[in-house]
Amino acid sequence: MNIPWTEREKTAVPSQAPLQNEKTTEEIALGVRRRVFEHTIRNNGGYLSQACSSAEQLAFLYNEALHLGQPTMPMIPPPFGGVPSADNPDYVTGAGYNGPFEPQYDRLFIAPAHYALVAYATLIETGRMAPEGLEMFNKDGSSVEMIGAEHSPGMEVHNGTLGIGLSTGAGLAWGRKRKGEPGEVCVFMSDGEVQEGQTWEAVQAAAHHGIDNLWAIMDVNRQQCDGAMDEVMQVGDIRQKFIDFGAHCVEIDGHDLEAMRQARAENHEGKPLIILAYTSPTKGMPILERRFPRLHYVRFKSEDERAEYNQAIAADLGIAPVDYAH
Amino acid sequence: MVEMVARPYAAAFEAYAVQHPEVIALSADLTSSVEIDGFRDRHPEQFLSMGMAEQNMLSFAGGMGLAGYRPFIHTFGVFLYRRPYDQLMASIAYPRRKVRLMGFLPGITTPGGMTHQAIEDISVMRSIPNMTVLETGDATEVEGIVEAADSIDGPVYCRVLRGSVPRLFDSPLKVGEMRVLAEGTDVLVITAGITTEEAIRARGALDKAGVSVRHLHLNTLKPFDAEAIVAHAASVKHGVVTLENHLVAGGIGSMTAEALADAGLGKKLIRLGLQDTYAHGGSRPYLMNYYGLDAIALVRGIERLMGIETGIDEGALEAVRVDAVHSSVKAEAL
Ligand SMILES: Cc1ncc(C[n+]2csc(CCOP(=O)(O)OP(=O)(O)O)c2C)c(N)n1
Ligand SMILES: [Mg+2]
Repeated sequence: MNIPWTEREKTAVPSQAPLQNEKTTEEIALGVRRRVFEHTIRNNGGYLSQACSSAEQLAFLYNEALHLGQPTMPMIPPPFGGVPSADNPDYVTGAGYNGPFEPQYDRLFIAPAHYALVAYATLIETGRMAPEGLEMFNKDGSSVEMIGAEHSPGMEVHNGTLGIGLSTGAGLAWGRKRKGEPGEVCVFMSDGEVQEGQTWEAVQAAAHHGIDNLWAIMDVNRQQCDGAMDEVMQVGDIRQKFIDFGAHCVEIDGHDLEAMRQARAENHEGKPLIILAYTSPTKGMPILERRFPRLHYVRFKSEDERAEYNQAIAADLGIAPVDYAH
Repeated sequence: MVEMVARPYAAAFEAYAVQHPEVIALSADLTSSVEIDGFRDRHPEQFLSMGMAEQNMLSFAGGMGLAGYRPFIHTFGVFLYRRPYDQLMASIAYPRRKVRLMGFLPGITTPGGMTHQAIEDISVMRSIPNMTVLETGDATEVEGIVEAADSIDGPVYCRVLRGSVPRLFDSPLKVGEMRVLAEGTDVLVITAGITTEEAIRARGALDKAGVSVRHLHLNTLKPFDAEAIVAHAASVKHGVVTLENHLVAGGIGSMTAEALADAGLGKKLIRLGLQDTYAHGGSRPYLMNYYGLDAIALVRGIERLMGIETGIDEGALEAVRVDAVHSSVKAEAL
């Protein structure tokens, strides 16, 4: 069943109404780029190009597409609280930042866990986590891990091993559908994941079982660790492949929010929906083009380079350069 | 001060591979992170990019073995056996293909958390029939691992250190030969990989406290030289402490326990390492301390074994090396 967002809205309990959209999705996307930029300059490295490519997608998910309740976790993330174990009864995942698990609410998986930095910035921009959360990024003993862990804000499972997220989403969606829950399941994916066979097995199963309360948006930035995907391992016409495996698949400009809204509204009865968001890994930060095709992780080679990027990107993002400790 | 060597694997692999055209480097989209980016650029004819698709890569390597090539598969250790375990068994281990599995970032040497930390790889690999398991503990061993791996008549899994690696040894790695680093008489300490450096840190303080340590460093985990381990264990008064960058189940501690039991040698054994738990993301010194894999954990283990208090605290141990998060010898944060 594929209940439109507006109708699901009506079924929500008023006290658990979603957060108010105080900012526009465009503003949130800009804020995400700014936060990830600041973080990258301060830490002399970061997953910066992922903010360029996916800021609109994550902003869209959290600010308008997903029906999520109020966070159940503290605004300032608690320290690492141990791993799942019978001896750790207080263990919680980071999913509480996306709101409570209630039948009417959607669920989100960030499948490429290295996008965590961008996801955390989005949580801050949408009022789900305090800005202090980002200061804990990759700090020893913190739950705000570099590769989003199950206990990291906004995460519900471990996805650091790529290509498993869509399968988990499909399984949860199947269960929710059987239970008659109106909330849907969304998976944010990266294009590198199409190289893993499991991605195709997931689509095949979701199509076979008619799992249409499942949808995914994929950041097609054509990049992976080694560089441009075409150089590393060609993947061909992935839209046609998704269709052949039984999904409803649409391609959009991943920086065009109107196109994103329309894609989300596509009728995909009986099938999962896959939105391929074609993006630029340097969007909003043109100086990064110099590094093409090595964009997966941005680390500065010298203090001069760091300073130059600081000036240039700050100007592009309309903020003052970051005042960092040298 | 220990000499630090930058990217010893990169140079060693290139030097060896150019002499052996049947050696082909395979990579699964982590080429810089496993230090073969320079090799790829200079020797494209000996490099195969396999994309982020590990299951295919392993069976593909098995097929290359049929054609007479000796593929060196490069990726993080976890990605060599977790997802493609079935492929590893059917395409590589059973038919004894000469596939060299180069596993980087062993144990908690990565901040990437559970999905990136190979903490049960030794246990898994050593239980596979036909598999050889090697582990590097310093720059000299990393420099020797390529040739050592390629000398194996069958498949081999190697735990490889990368980035800035300390030089602890001056003689090359010889498959099957453990290193006797100290010949004390109170307690036998067995280490491998990064825990050897920890034991070396602790030894000075232990000496001063009057604890006489016999210290073995292992680089060949399978075949395991049980006879030598038993002889060393028999020669000390109090028993054995193993310290490993791995779960205590199935790793060096388990192998030692099996060796002692098989020989009927009744010696106390303390197994230090990850105690039936997953790890999480963090810096290496933090994780080693948090999970009890460091020098102070070893001191406490020895105290427990001998029933003494040495009075040794963190301050008495030689300074921990702290790697910069963004060192120029690392391709990225991982
Ligand atoms: C199964 C698995 N293999 C390899 C990796 C290492 N890895 C992390 S990110 C990545 C690149 C994947 O491509 P994509 O997510 O599209 O990267 P980006 O666009 O962010 O550069 C790889 C190979 C992994 N995390 N999981
Ligand atoms: Mg990509």
